[in-house]
Amino acid sequence: MAQDIIREEPARASLIYDPKVRGIFFQVVLMAALALGLWWIVGNTIENLHRSHIATGFGFLRGRAGFDISNTLIDYSSDSSYGDALVVGVLNTIIVAVAGIITATIVGFLVGIGRLSKNWLIRKLATVYIEIFRNIPPLLVILFWYQGVLALLPNVRDSYSLPFGSYLNNRGFYFPRFVWGEGSWLVLAGLVLGVALSWYVARRARARQMATGQQFPVFWTSVALIVGLPLLAFMLTGFPLSFDLPKKGTFNLTGGLNVKPEFLSLYLALSFYTASFIAEIVRAGIIGVPKGQTEAYSALGLRSGLGLRLVIIPQAMRIIIPPLTSQYLNLTKNSSLAVAIGYPDLYAIGGTILNQTGQAIEVVVVFMVVYLGISVLTSLLMNWFNTKMALKER
Amino acid sequence: MQEHDMAWVRTEMALAEAAPRSQVGPGAWMRRNLFATPVDSVLTIFALLLIAWALPQILNWLFFGAVWTGADRTACLTTEQGGQLPAGWSGACWPFVSGRFGQFMFGRYPVDQRWRVILTGLIFIALLAPLLIPRAPFKRLNAILFFAVFPFVAFFLLVGGWFGLRFVETPLWGGLMVTLVISYVGIVVSLPLGILLALGRRSKMPIVKLLSVIFIEAVRGVPLVTVLFMASFMLPLFVPPGVSFNKLLRALIGVALFASAYMAEVVRGGLQAIPKGQYEGADSLGLTYWQKMGFIVMPQALKLVIPGIVNTFIGMFKDTTLVLIISMFDLLGVVKQNISGDPTWATPQTAKTGYVFAAAIFWVFCFSMSRYSQYMERRLDTGHKR
Repeated sequence: MAQDIIREEPARASLIYDPKVRGIFFQVVLMAALALGLWWIVGNTIENLHRSHIATGFGFLRGRAGFDISNTLIDYSSDSSYGDALVVGVLNTIIVAVAGIITATIVGFLVGIGRLSKNWLIRKLATVYIEIFRNIPPLLVILFWYQGVLALLPNVRDSYSLPFGSYLNNRGFYFPRFVWGEGSWLVLAGLVLGVALSWYVARRARARQMATGQQFPVFWTSVALIVGLPLLAFMLTGFPLSFDLPKKGTFNLTGGLNVKPEFLSLYLALSFYTASFIAEIVRAGIIGVPKGQTEAYSALGLRSGLGLRLVIIPQAMRIIIPPLTSQYLNLTKNSSLAVAIGYPDLYAIGGTILNQTGQAIEVVVVFMVVYLGISVLTSLLMNWFNTKMALKER
Repeated sequence: MQEHDMAWVRTEMALAEAAPRSQVGPGAWMRRNLFATPVDSVLTIFALLLIAWALPQILNWLFFGAVWTGADRTACLTTEQGGQLPAGWSGACWPFVSGRFGQFMFGRYPVDQRWRVILTGLIFIALLAPLLIPRAPFKRLNAILFFAVFPFVAFFLLVGGWFGLRFVETPLWGGLMVTLVISYVGIVVSLPLGILLALGRRSKMPIVKLLSVIFIEAVRGVPLVTVLFMASFMLPLFVPPGVSFNKLLRALIGVALFASAYMAEVVRGGLQAIPKGQYEGADSLGLTYWQKMGFIVMPQALKLVIPGIVNTFIGMFKDTTLVLIISMFDLLGVVKQNISGDPTWATPQTAKTGYVFAAAIFWVFCFSMSRYSQYMERRLDTGHKR
């Protein structure tokens, strides 16, 4: 019987069993189903829009907005257009995201390193922080700060006075504004020059150390350049700086800069929430560097601080950067929770516009474009940083 | 060779002496773990000061200074505010939570029908518990009951309208019940859908691959708020006029789609970690695509990514709170509604109390999920890790 089988011609596989044919067939069916579905959806949408008399297209962006926004970076009034309102929203989203990212990174790195500390108490404190914050929804933390803490601050008349002429009350945090006088551009120029020179010095010092082995105190030179040059310019131009201090009135504080409680709640909640995730990433990154590396730098005679800086951290960064990027993106996306407390970010403003015009599709398209745009930009930036830090194999 | 005339040779071992005082005991432990270096000492003292400052305040607020009984807001007001408590008092107002506990759990679900929710919850626990205990028997039957049969039972019980049960419309639902319903549906839908999307993304068919990539990246690139927003404002536009979508259903669709995209990326990570030889081995055995994935690749890949899957679940559980933005009342939504919309309990401490209570519930759920995933990870560790 076995011989029969061997002698038989190999059966020609039927076309049905050819994976290629099957693949093509399956994809054609999928495309057809998708096209049908889309056609159905588009048809329904057009009819629905027509029935409820909703305009289509992006013409509405030029229409008068008619609502006020509390936090604006650019000139905006209720007479501005919807387009302007959206720009204000995008800027507000970016501000809170950038501020949050910076704080979350600093807190996250500190806590992450604290979790690896040899000090038992610090280690436990860091663990408690992480376990509490990453297991509570960020929206809850935002509302807690907003309604539970900041709303209980005294009103303007009984504001808490803080150092440097700043005040804290239930309308937010007030602090002095710098007013730059005549010739202050020189200070800025000094700063730019200082940074440029330090960069150049660092490059030269590195090249020299590579060639001759001689070291150069780059750090202190840079500090001197970056702090010294602007200071020199500041003195030369005769201290062109004054402060616009917030002054207490009966009903409101005038002057100075004001950070609204909406921003503060959102910023604090997002920073501390994301920091707990960053801390875990940092810990995983440092643990991920093999112990042999520590032994190797000790064997080379490097002190632990220097070894950490030159050997361990560059390798840990390779592990840290990709997940860190996604945390940054998460923070940016979570900033849309602002809508719950009325901080006018892109999402909140878009929602208002939607309520006024009913143009849901266009507004959602704007959301998609902006958020995807921010995501792509952040990813590109972090990927660039990642390639710079990546292992260069020769 | 030399022979010694040994005067004395010890025949038994000397008794071990106790370790030096500097090496064991609480003193040594403190020296090693708290005061090893000057920097450590400073840090320890600083941390101790922080704890000494914060902990009494927290405990006082939560327990010792808190109000435990009362009928309305006057129980939690100070003399200045028109109540009985000393001026400057600050503490939790627990009667607010106990008075509104039913709402926090069930929303506006009719009181005489709440046994249905409790029954559903009990069935849920009865099915989930043996599923989580590795030694419990009948895993396959249990899983089928939990993932395939339970949804229908829960639907009939909660919605009603059949078998003499009263119909309870979903706008009346609320509280922890809605949070759990959304999470459960999200988990049950997102896992299979995520696996399909992950397979699609690694498929050799270009169109399938392209569609999967577009879906995954578009959903992952925008916040969940936007997805929910789309689900609540655009879905009604997509269906023929006259057909109306249940609000809860819209939220469920939004959450499930969102979670699937994240799940897909987690599963893809697992698929990529499986050595090529496993795929080739399955092919050389003549297995079809689905057999290969179902019997060879997926069991290994899913095992690898259990922590990632559970993290997605935890994230989704926390994200269910976002439905309050499209004005639905999950646990957080009900708490917020009671805080800002109910004058019976309007005191300065109500908001803090309510949110601390909600936070505690969310924390217990998330923390137990993450602990369980760590336990499973250790149990299933079959040598992939070095």
